[in-house]
Amino acid sequence: MNNETPERNIPAPPVNAENQRYFDATAQGTLLIGHCKDCRQFHFYPRTLCPFCFSERTEWVPAAGTGTIYSYSTSHRGVPIPYTIAYVTLDEGVSMMTNLVDCEIERLSPGQRVKVVFKAAEGGSNIPMFTPI
Amino acid sequence: MSIKGKAYIVGAYEHPTRKAPDKSVAQLHAECARGALTDAGLSKDDIDGYFCAGDAPGLGPLSMVDYMGLKVRHVDSTDTGGSSYLVHVAHAAQAIALGKCDVALVTLAGRPRSEGSSGTQPRNYGAAAPDSAFEVPYGITTANGYAMVARRHMYEFGTTSEQLAWIKVAASHHAQHNPDAMLREVVTVEEVLASPLIADPLHRLDCCVVSDGGGAVILARPEIAKRLRRPLVRIIGAGEAPKGQNGGKLDLTTSGAAWSGAAAFAEASVKPQDIQYASIYDSFTITVLLQLEDLGFCKKGAGGRFVADGNLISGSGRLPFNTDGGGLCNNHPANRGGMTKVIEAVRQLRGEAHPKVQVRNCALALAQGTGGQLGSRHCSATVIMERE
Repeated sequence: MNNETPERNIPAPPVNAENQRYFDATAQGTLLIGHCKDCRQFHFYPRTLCPFCFSERTEWVPAAGTGTIYSYSTSHRGVPIPYTIAYVTLDEGVSMMTNLVDCEIERLSPGQRVKVVFKAAEGGSNIPMFTPI
Repeated sequence: MSIKGKAYIVGAYEHPTRKAPDKSVAQLHAECARGALTDAGLSKDDIDGYFCAGDAPGLGPLSMVDYMGLKVRHVDSTDTGGSSYLVHVAHAAQAIALGKCDVALVTLAGRPRSEGSSGTQPRNYGAAAPDSAFEVPYGITTANGYAMVARRHMYEFGTTSEQLAWIKVAASHHAQHNPDAMLREVVTVEEVLASPLIADPLHRLDCCVVSDGGGAVILARPEIAKRLRRPLVRIIGAGEAPKGQNGGKLDLTTSGAAWSGAAAFAEASVKPQDIQYASIYDSFTITVLLQLEDLGFCKKGAGGRFVADGNLISGSGRLPFNTDGGGLCNNHPANRGGMTKVIEAVRQLRGEAHPKVQVRNCALALAQGTGGQLGSRHCSATVIMERE
């Protein structure tokens, strides 16, 4: 069975003043992650204060866009169209919630290599999702 | 300073309803409070501390104190989802220990069944929630979040769906003796695996029921507890621990129970192997497995083997759990399971559980819950209680 995400209506992200720029970047085909110039660690989701050392010297930097599946689940019941939620561990070392798309659900497994693709949500925002490489 | 021995659970009441389309949520809270007062042998005017969480309607404690006509000098509306009521028991013991109140009432009630709520519905806490924009588009629900925890546990430790199913099987063995339970039929591992996939790898019978209802407990100072004619159940240890995505350094196979449990065991000066009965929040089968490991009933990763072959069934297994049938079979009022975990532990310590599931000479019990969502962010709470 194909994961027919394009037919699922992707809910618009409830954007706020702090995270608008993340979706400004996805509109350009870029996935941003948080990076701290003091403790030099990446974090996700990106935010203004570093969640590790609480420094204000954070920057939102482009991720390579590749990673591995940490875990996933396909919802079969109570939803109009089955879809697959997942966590992907980016090559930068942080994991993000996402959907796995354009793939055969039966062939997915944790540890599998994936790359980012962008899908349009209701309202037009570009949402980063992942597909097997 | 410790809460050990500073407060006793003197009243406990579980609302018998499982579907209440003709009652209001405030009414259910009040009926639970009344039931717990009757159980304790106290009157409404004895209450001087009130605890409730996000299921309390309106402005929480303000609406409910007013509705019930209480006059209190201490309120606490800490909301950690389904574990709130375990946190409330600990906070009430703290408030009593500090002299902030003498008799504390904790209530929970809700009507998710009448209102058509389900764990397969997407969750959206709005734009102000800092995580919403990064999660809502992906269709995060309660069920698929816990399913990702289950899948990761299977990947890291080789846990199987059959092992998870044993948790439901054990709960169903207990529920057959509970006339109020929604699901009283004993099920087999095969039946769990044959039930439809909700969010793989979780099947329908890996998920708790959706029910209306509620419950209440009353805590009191030792001197008051000893004047009442009920068996003495005292709080000897507690812990609470929120855990989230840790800035993307994700670890879905460990819950906050690793910390809340350690704190509770240290305060109580007991070990997991001393516990004779355990109420373990069972929103899903995987919820139980993770908490059992993190509390130290078995090693991390060994939960699947620990729960298999009926090891959680009262009378035959090593660790009797959820002898009321739990959330998997009995009820899950307000989609929040913490209150009923406390109530069944109190029944066990009083010797008032159903004779078929009563643990003999039960003197030491644990109640454990996680609220929120193990797949993203949650708060674990542990309470250890002793029969005096």
